[in-house]
Amino acid sequence: MMLKAHRNHPLWLAYMLHRLSGLALALFLPVHFHVLSLALTRPESLDRFLGLADNPAVKLAEFGLVFLLAVHFFGGLRLLALEFLPWSARQKTLAAASIAGAFLISGTFLLQAV
Amino acid sequence: MSDRSKLLEVSVWRGMGDEGAYETFQVPARDNQTVLDVVSWIQQSADPSLTYRYACRVGMCGSCAMMVNGVPRWTCRTHVKRVLRDGALQIGPLRNLPVIKDLAADMDPFFDKWIRAGGVHRPSRSRDDPIQQVPPDDPGRVEANKGIECINCSVCYAACDTVAGNPDYLGPAALQRAWTLYNDAKVEDRQAVLDSVSGAGGCHNCHSQGSCTRFCPNELDPLSAIAGLKRASARSFFRRGE
Amino acid sequence: MLNIGLYMAQRLSAMVMAPLVLGHIAVMIYAVQGGLSTAEILDRTQGSVWWFLFYGSFVLAVAAHAAIGLRVILHEMTGLRGRWLEVVTCGIGMLLLIMGGRAVLAVTFA
Repeated sequence: MMLKAHRNHPLWLAYMLHRLSGLALALFLPVHFHVLSLALTRPESLDRFLGLADNPAVKLAEFGLVFLLAVHFFGGLRLLALEFLPWSARQKTLAAASIAGAFLISGTFLLQAV
Repeated sequence: MSDRSKLLEVSVWRGMGDEGAYETFQVPARDNQTVLDVVSWIQQSADPSLTYRYACRVGMCGSCAMMVNGVPRWTCRTHVKRVLRDGALQIGPLRNLPVIKDLAADMDPFFDKWIRAGGVHRPSRSRDDPIQQVPPDDPGRVEANKGIECINCSVCYAACDTVAGNPDYLGPAALQRAWTLYNDAKVEDRQAVLDSVSGAGGCHNCHSQGSCTRFCPNELDPLSAIAGLKRASARSFFRRGE
Repeated sequence: MLNIGLYMAQRLSAMVMAPLVLGHIAVMIYAVQGGLSTAEILDRTQGSVWWFLFYGSFVLAVAAHAAIGLRVILHEMTGLRGRWLEVVTCGIGMLLLIMGGRAVLAVTFA
């Protein structure tokens, strides 16, 4: 599908990313909850399920989920800042840059530690 | 130097109501030519039955907005050269509004929502009272000034996908008007302004897609005005302790 | 379709979840090291009031947040409105609340 001309700008794309990641997470949640409650009813099937996590495809799916969560998290922070903080555009850019910088540093640290 | 032999490939929406299709015209290209010039040329030289709307031709009346290559624009101040794609133009009626005929959209829903958002001045003083002094550098006045150049062209309304998905949504122009009133020292009942934009179709439905601010021909910022309304209504939500 | 009440519920639940999401991501990075097992998860969470409060409030917030988010998408994409929209919103919220509550109980106080 071609992106319609009036949608071809960063804020609209950020909106769509936020919506799609939110939708995907909402659909994933019931599955996540169900699997966890197996601990209560059938611990052995939970163990078998968790064993799947060594499979590369499952690893990729795990990464995808964490990625979705991170995307929705930052998209949400962006929205809260836009709506509740009457900042100038320059201040917003600086704030976003400092958050990104902080995550770059702490992310690198985390990867080193693992 | 103008090249008299050059032609533009212009497809124009023709039809009434929901029915219609694009019809293509060959229009002579000029050195200096607005999209409205092109539409006028078609109506005057090719097909006199073409219906469209304009008045001032200088970007003040807000009546000539149309979709140009998929983007809402004020056609009288949009130069063809800036928007031409491969020598072609596609011109349609404004999005998100019913079509009356051809390029003339029915503006009623747009103005009805302007009224529903409380876009009517309710003065706090009568003619017998002394004139209220408003210092130009008062913060509220500065905020209100940002929105007063709106010409009601409905470009923001046509650009907004929240309007497209949610027919009750008041839309960027009406909400920006409410934000202007909320900041106007001459409006006494600020809470009434907030209440009229806090209902089912109000400012809280906005997804901050920002197409309103991006396409506003007067470079106004409805996105920030709506954020201002959200902020003000959130504050009043806590004050009232609901 | 979104009035101020639903809007505030959406934004406040988001603010509650912001630190919880960071915590959850940190737990995930920690937990997947050396593989996942039921025993390892339960060992960490079983009988802990703190994990119960952490994930309990997470479930409360996410049930409200996701129900309102899906309500908006449903309305804008399918045109669903009126009483059915309210019923579906509440239904999604309750479903997530019940399933999430069960999951939290399963890993903390089962």
